[in-house]
Amino acid sequence: MSWFEKKKEKVAIAPEKAIWAVCPKCASRFAPEEWKKASSICPKCGYAGRVSARARIAMTADEGTFKEVFREVSYSDHLKFRDAAGAYRDKIEATIRKTGETESIVMGTCEIGGIRAMLGVMDFSFMGGSLGTGTGERIARACEQAIEERRPLVIFSASGGARMHEGILSLMQMAKTSAAIGRLKEAGLAYISVLTDPTTGGVSASYAMLGDINITEPRALIGFAGRRVIENTIHQKLPDDFQSAEYLLEHGFIDRIVERKDMKAFIAKMLRYLSR
Amino acid sequence: MASEKTTKNLSAWERVKLARDPNRPHFRDFIALVASDFEELHGDRLVSDDKALAGGFATIDGRKVLVLGHNKGKNVEENMAANFGMANPDGYRKAMRLAKLAERFSIPVVTFVDTPGAYPGDTAEARGQAEAIAKSLEFFSLLKTPVVVVITGEGGSGGALAIAVGDKVLMMENAVYSVISPEGCAGILWRDGSKAPEAAEALKITAQDLKSLGAVDEIVKEPAGGAQKNHAAAAKAVKKAIIAALDELEGVDAEELVARRYEKIRSYGRFSK
Ligand SMILES: [Zn+2]
Repeated sequence: MSWFEKKKEKVAIAPEKAIWAVCPKCASRFAPEEWKKASSICPKCGYAGRVSARARIAMTADEGTFKEVFREVSYSDHLKFRDAAGAYRDKIEATIRKTGETESIVMGTCEIGGIRAMLGVMDFSFMGGSLGTGTGERIARACEQAIEERRPLVIFSASGGARMHEGILSLMQMAKTSAAIGRLKEAGLAYISVLTDPTTGGVSASYAMLGDINITEPRALIGFAGRRVIENTIHQKLPDDFQSAEYLLEHGFIDRIVERKDMKAFIAKMLRYLSR
Repeated sequence: MASEKTTKNLSAWERVKLARDPNRPHFRDFIALVASDFEELHGDRLVSDDKALAGGFATIDGRKVLVLGHNKGKNVEENMAANFGMANPDGYRKAMRLAKLAERFSIPVVTFVDTPGAYPGDTAEARGQAEAIAKSLEFFSLLKTPVVVVITGEGGSGGALAIAVGDKVLMMENAVYSVISPEGCAGILWRDGSKAPEAAEALKITAQDLKSLGAVDEIVKEPAGGAQKNHAAAAKAVKKAIIAALDELEGVDAEELVARRYEKIRSYGRFSK
């Protein structure tokens, strides 16, 4: 359940970053402007790169309809957690200053293709999109408000898993979010889960895998355990496409792989089918 | 290591060692000591029968219950057979199948949690480890029959939580329960696996810590020196706690039960800033 494994990978390509944008999936190099122009979609392999929560919301919600909720719900440092690098509080406060976000998921009401919905989008740049108590609380509240206002729920996940700095209560958010989503479904409302690159650990093993419809983007990494942990367990190298969007589709855990340019229209269409 | 007399002032890391002691009572030891009858039932009806997570009907104090629990062994051979208590998706799906059957006949479910974590293997991923755990969390939150959880040894992350969502969560005095193993956490945040004792301390994973954080309801006392010293005494305390929990949940209307369970799960880390 570690969000930082990805981070290490990022560090590994950092020296290249100044000159080249490197596709993390196929290692093709592009001029940064070219990568940007392609909206973070690899022109070579089609990998849909990571984007901020705000950028995703702009791509998904009808213009001017997104109204953020629960921004005051933020992290909790109930363990006064410290590791070799220092205090969790300092680390996350720095993240808040840097990203302008107050948790790893941005939640709000909006319309998607004219349909009223509750929309949550995770931001991987916020502590690796880790699931903290604030994240779980926002999702639980979103489910409750969605039931109240009869809105379907759409969540874009991007996460390395539970936030270990918040200890057992971060693990408990897996139960809390899954229970809240269970109630939403019992209330006859739809939940669409979009698992974006990467969605792993405790997030894939809770709300991200519970969609009535599970969607992903080309070449996204989706899995439970980390690749290295698995390789150390089975004493074998894993194939390149292991835990890819395509692998999950093949194994029956994803309804559709949807290209980013078609994502909003596809979600709106599914919401239309899943309404009374 | 722990003195013979008391385990009161142990460090988190010493508790980890006790929780992992191979001579500690495991699922089958507990069942033999707390149940007057046990009939194991096998298979997820989809792929296989997971040996790491067992289940079946049992009689405890004259009452019918469905028991579920992670299997561990006392030696390498037994542990190999039980996959060291690390369940595949098939195990969690078997657990759900049996719990659904119990629900149909209003039989309470009692789970025994003791796992380093869900199995991190390629076949586990291929069969949807993430989906199986996620579904299990949703499933147990909605189950219309009482669920009593006992954390008996290692509560290893999502693989433990998948059968640890319930109405009453009991935890043995020397058990540990954590979002990540101390070694895993130390490897990541300390960049040094040997700092596991520090990580164990920082993560707050002992029964006492979890009780004060509201993640478990009750601590079950262990015999002097730990449960591995006296299985019968350990099981006696566990049995007493299970019976008390079943008594408390008996006769509660199913809808009310599920509503209360939601409130309980909802309160984990309730935002209060
Ligand atoms: Zn590429």
